[in-house]
Amino acid sequence: MNSTAYNYQNDISIRTEGLTKRFGNFTAVDNITFHVKKGEIFGFLGANGAGKTTAIKMLCGLSKPTSGIAIVAGYDVATQSEQIKKNIGYMSQKFALYDDLKVWENMRLYAGIYGMEEKKIAYRINEILIQLGFENEKNKFVKALPIGWKQKLAFSISIIHQPEIVFLDEPTGGVDPAARRQFWELIYATAEKGITVFVTTHYMDEAEYCNRICILVDGKIVALNSPKKLKETFAAQNIDEVFQLLARNANRT
Amino acid sequence: MQTERNKTMMIQKKYSPFLSFVRKEFFHIFRDRWTSIILLIMPILMIILFGFAITTEVKNAKIAIFDPSQDAATHAIVDKLSTSEYFTIETYICSQNEIDNLLKKGNIGLIVVFSEHFYENMMHSGDAQIQLIADGSDPNYAYTLTQYASALLGSYQKENILPNINPPFQIETEIKMLYNPTLKGAYNTVPGVLGMVLMLICAMMTSISIAREKEFGNMEVLLVSPLKPITIILSKTVPYIVLSLINFTSIMLLAVFALKVPIAGNIALIALISLIFIFVSLALGLLISTIVKTQIVAMLISGVVLMFPVILLSGMIFPVESMGLFFQYLAKILPANWYIAAIRKVMIQGLGITSVYKELIVLISMAVFLIAVSIKKFKVRIE
Repeated sequence: MNSTAYNYQNDISIRTEGLTKRFGNFTAVDNITFHVKKGEIFGFLGANGAGKTTAIKMLCGLSKPTSGIAIVAGYDVATQSEQIKKNIGYMSQKFALYDDLKVWENMRLYAGIYGMEEKKIAYRINEILIQLGFENEKNKFVKALPIGWKQKLAFSISIIHQPEIVFLDEPTGGVDPAARRQFWELIYATAEKGITVFVTTHYMDEAEYCNRICILVDGKIVALNSPKKLKETFAAQNIDEVFQLLARNANRT
Repeated sequence: MQTERNKTMMIQKKYSPFLSFVRKEFFHIFRDRWTSIILLIMPILMIILFGFAITTEVKNAKIAIFDPSQDAATHAIVDKLSTSEYFTIETYICSQNEIDNLLKKGNIGLIVVFSEHFYENMMHSGDAQIQLIADGSDPNYAYTLTQYASALLGSYQKENILPNINPPFQIETEIKMLYNPTLKGAYNTVPGVLGMVLMLICAMMTSISIAREKEFGNMEVLLVSPLKPITIILSKTVPYIVLSLINFTSIMLLAVFALKVPIAGNIALIALISLIFIFVSLALGLLISTIVKTQIVAMLISGVVLMFPVILLSGMIFPVESMGLFFQYLAKILPANWYIAAIRKVMIQGLGITSVYKELIVLISMAVFLIAVSIKKFKVRIE
């Protein structure tokens, strides 16, 4: 797999080799190696404490690896975290919108934080409002929106600066199934534009929507393939079964 | 609209991350009714409340008289006291021994003690003596009573200086505070409220507003964004610096025009000291925000750790000199006390910069130390 990553450098958004993070004697992320292609929807699965969050922190340039390499959007996480931050988007379960700002003010704030040009900001705000069908909500306060709308807005804002990669950390927490389906349509549309989507989730039905998934147990990668292939390999009906099979041997939960 | 946009584009092609962030902070403040009330109305209410509470006029305060002389002069003075609207003579006592018991009962605020042979001494040797004994357990009240009584005695003295009396007599009043012998610093509304308000706005509000970012998960996103931690900190503090300066101005104006507290010293020096104190408070707020995760904890910590000690140990309500040694030392490490002491010296006593060197050096060192520690603690990581 490594040799593939080297050969298709330009098509690779994220590449890690032996990425490891230790806190004292505790190895949170243990020697993980994988690559994510441009425009791919890459699912990162694991129980709580499996090391998902630690891995994402390292990939976003917030935490330095103890050993190993990670190249994100062409930059080394160990030395070029500033460049990485400019080229990624990030959204978490908490959405991180400001309730007391209007829809467009939230958009403008994050666009400003990413140092976008004035003209581009106006263009992107319009584009997103149309894409979400939020034209009439432009001047509404975010606190007045239903949770499913907030989630879509938060996602659109996380890619307002058109990053190369967007990291979604359990983005669908607390959202009803219908809204989750709509949300995944948005993710597909984004990936089609060439933005790589790196998503963690604990909804196993969602994992099926990913192009490839990587299952983490005790900080190690125990499976990495497309959902279809994984189901074949483990002779399982769905990803949930695959996950249960693999996570059964976990020492830490 | 379009041309306006083009104009701003020419000046500034990119929308500044710092300014977008500062703007957002102002939205947070002014869109929340309670936040704006706390920040802009409460300081004014506080100065008015504390100002008038402490300078409350004394009316019909109960006093006792010990008059072993019983002569023309003492009668005239007692008359003057009892006819004034400030005092009501509750009782006459016959011996010095009664003083303690009388004050312990608690309804007498002041005892006027005349020396023996008052009139004779006044006319001949010129050293007639009056002792004012006040109940210092309520120092502010005691202080006010003695001030009023002294003023009445003074006016008696002036009225009775007649050209044919030679030499002019002199009544010496001796003020004695029981239970609280030195009353320094009890009477200090304006510097105290200034210290409290600046502490409240800078430390409490800054820590709450940063805790809010953490609580709602915004901090994660901000840390993943290209904003540098120092930019986040600066844009969090700028709005509170601006508000502090507005409040500083309004408190000064109220002090001068409503409370009639004259500014004896240099206003620029007062502003400089205040600015240094603002930085100390901001740093404290940042420090608190680095250790807490929710707004409510930030509020409790800044309330309990910062506000209460400032109110209780700054000498604004209870004189620090009458507290135990432990509390006197504790009071020494509170930045607000150094600030209040400096402002007191400059604003009330009219002293110059040379007399507040010590306070300035302490405050500046505190600011540098706290800012260094809090920036170091403001770690670039998601919890």
